[in-house]
Amino acid sequence: MTQISDTDLTQGGLAPEANAGRILLIACGALAREILALKEQNGWDHMVLTCLPAIYHIQPQKIPDAVKTVVKERRDQFDQIFVVYADCGTGGLLQNTCAELGVEMVAGPHCYSFYEGNDRFAELAEHEFTSFYLTDFLVRQFDAFVWKPMGLDRHPELRDMYFGNYEKLIYQAQTNDPALVEKARDCADRLGLAFEHRFTGYGDLEDALKAVAAD
Amino acid sequence: MSDEQEIILSELNDEELVEQMFDDLYDGMKEEIEEGVNILLERGWEPYRILTEALVGGMTIVGADFRDGILFVPEVLLAAGAMKGGMAILKPLLAETGAPRVGKMVIGTVKGDIHDIGQNLVTMMMEGAGFEVMNIGINNPVENYIDAAKEFDADIVGMSALLTTTMPYMKIVIDSMVEKGIRDDYVIMVGGAPLNEEFGKAIGADAYCRDAAVAVEMAKDFMGRKHNSLSA
Repeated sequence: MTQISDTDLTQGGLAPEANAGRILLIACGALAREILALKEQNGWDHMVLTCLPAIYHIQPQKIPDAVKTVVKERRDQFDQIFVVYADCGTGGLLQNTCAELGVEMVAGPHCYSFYEGNDRFAELAEHEFTSFYLTDFLVRQFDAFVWKPMGLDRHPELRDMYFGNYEKLIYQAQTNDPALVEKARDCADRLGLAFEHRFTGYGDLEDALKAVAAD
Repeated sequence: MSDEQEIILSELNDEELVEQMFDDLYDGMKEEIEEGVNILLERGWEPYRILTEALVGGMTIVGADFRDGILFVPEVLLAAGAMKGGMAILKPLLAETGAPRVGKMVIGTVKGDIHDIGQNLVTMMMEGAGFEVMNIGINNPVENYIDAAKEFDADIVGMSALLTTTMPYMKIVIDSMVEKGIRDDYVIMVGGAPLNEEFGKAIGADAYCRDAAVAVEMAKDFMGRKHNSLSA
């Protein structure tokens, strides 16, 4: 598998592995490893992955325009483009952008939902809305995505203002990695939350990419 | 701040003190703000004047720099914490001294959503602008908004949501108010990170407020129009 660092995925994203091909996937950098793993497992060599900086997870207003730029740059080089983002905090704007560009995207509100399975997540949301979610990527990048941007490294006294209404941190694991489970448990401790480890695998992401791969 | 630069607030004249309080608010220095408020009170300033000139004035700078990307959420929260310290001293005094009341607002985060940072900021800024605010907290079903608005005789109902999954609930609240024939009794303002102008219009809100400062300006504008239409 391509050697990539989480820091590069966070700040810079991922350049496409090839400049032309059948299907281009434009994804969030936080999904890069998972998509590359699925590509390898399923032999989806006709799919080319490029990623936008994962840090847009906390700056979702940047996502629609960034997606639009890549689609416009690359659409002549590929037969099909698929956007591997859910709504991701864009309040429907990414959906509008994709519709305008004539490209499809992943269904659902965010990666926590499609990893769990959108239908199941919607059911669980009734009872789990006091839960804070982390994925494999976000556990590894907890400081870059949670601790530092929220200023908790400089002002730990703000913690309860952010997390006082939360009860539990749910680590949605895409892979079985005991070290990540321990890191996630430590994240929960730092936030003062109870901890749950829940293996989700790739959830609806895998189904969405399978459907695209078969097109 | 190093020792040689230490500023003794009580030694500053009024103008310098207010300027210093702007800086202290900007830096989130709660104790210094409390001290500044107490000094101005001792000097005979009316509580409402301290609120508007020193605290709201300072928070307006914070709000503008947040909007312009110079300050970020942690710094705004620290500034808000400092302002809250000053407000805690002033609030009982404001009630005693009969500060002007601009209007009444009920605000809360919608059902299924526990994020209250934004609405707490709006509450504070609205109170600073002379509104009476009933903050009904988080995870509010339709009936909470309707009951609170009636009980409080509100002019404005504010709804907040941070999640894409919870923001559609705002439409359920508005539709319920329409069904009950009470929609037009209130100005409905909505806000929260994933919202936008288009969404606000689509659900039938009167205003989408990008941030707390915009919420205050819009609320004042609506109240001004209401007074004008009543006096016409």
